[in-house]
Amino acid sequence: MHEMSIAQNILEIVQDTMNREKANKLKEVAVQVGELVAVVPESLEFCFTALIENTNLDGARLNIEILPLMGSCQECKHNFHIMNFLFVCPVCSSTKIDITQGQELTIRHLEVE
Amino acid sequence: MSVITVERKILKKNDEIAVENRNVFKKNDIFCLNLLSSPGSGKTSLLEQTLARLKHDLKLAVIEGDVQTDNDARRIAKYSIPVVQIITNGGCHLEAKLIQDALVNFELEKLDILFIENVGNLVCPANYDLGEEKKVVIVSTTEGDDKPSKYPSMFRVSDVMIINKIDLLAHVDFSMQQVRQNALQINPDLVIFETSCRTGEGLDTWINWILSVHNN
Repeated sequence: MHEMSIAQNILEIVQDTMNREKANKLKEVAVQVGELVAVVPESLEFCFTALIENTNLDGARLNIEILPLMGSCQECKHNFHIMNFLFVCPVCSSTKIDITQGQELTIRHLEVE
Repeated sequence: MSVITVERKILKKNDEIAVENRNVFKKNDIFCLNLLSSPGSGKTSLLEQTLARLKHDLKLAVIEGDVQTDNDARRIAKYSIPVVQIITNGGCHLEAKLIQDALVNFELEKLDILFIENVGNLVCPANYDLGEEKKVVIVSTTEGDDKPSKYPSMFRVSDVMIINKIDLLAHVDFSMQQVRQNALQINPDLVIFETSCRTGEGLDTWINWILSVHNN
C-alpha cells in the first residue's frame, strides 16, 4: 500500500514547513493527486489520520483534490480528457499524446494557526 | 488562521535521491534496469536466464526487492553474480534511498549492468523513480491480457514490456493481440518482447536489445 509511504512523505514536508514557519496547530493540508497516480483517496486519508493520531498534528484534515487525466494531441493539438486511460486522440485518432495533467502528487498549502 | 503555500512534490525527496543514483550510474558507466511485474509473472526466472546469457561477457549485479525472504537472492547467487537482497518488511515497492544504500555493496567502477528486481506489484513501484535507465514491465500469459488496462500507470511509465510464459499460450485464454493492443493504447512507445524461460524462445531478442541499448 503506497498510500502509507505517501502519507509519511506528506507529514515530513508538513513538519518541516511548520517548524520553519513556527506554526503551532495544523488545521488542513491541501494536496493534489493526478488520476494516473493511482492513489485511493480514502486510503490516503486513513493513513494520514492514523499517522497523526496522538501527535501535535492530531485533528488536522487532509484535503485531496483529484486532477483528471488530460492529454494534448501532438498531431492536431486537440486537448482532451483521457477517458479509460486510452491515449488516443478523439479527433484525429493519433496515439501521440502528451500528458498535460494527471501525474501530480503535490502539496499545495497548509492551513495553520 | 493563516495559509502557508508549499507547492512541493510529495515524492520530491525520493526523486532527488533517484537523480543521485542516476549520476552514480552515469559516472561508472552502468546500465541499470528496473524489472517490474505482479507476483508470479516470472521476473526471477527471466533474470536467471538473462544473467546466464550475459555473465561471461559483462560484469553484472543484482538488487532483489521482496517483502520477505532472501529466496530470490539465493537463486541469483548460484550464478556467481554479486547480489543484494532488500527485504522491505511489508513495504510494497523499492525506493531510491534503499537502492542508494544497497549500492555500497558493489564495486561500482567494475560493473556494466545492474538489474533491480522490484517487489511484485503493478501499482506502487510506478511512482518511485529509482534512478534506473529503463523500466521493464513483465506480464505473463497466465495473467489476464487486460493487465495493461487495469494498471495503466505502470505501462505508461515503462519502456519495455515482456510477455512471458509464451510456451503456455495453447493452454490459457490469453490473446497476444489483445495484450499488445491494450498496452500500446496506453503507451505507443513500448518496446515489446515475447519470451519463454522454459523453452528459451524469444530470449535472444531480449538479450540483443539489452546489448544494443547498453552499448549506446
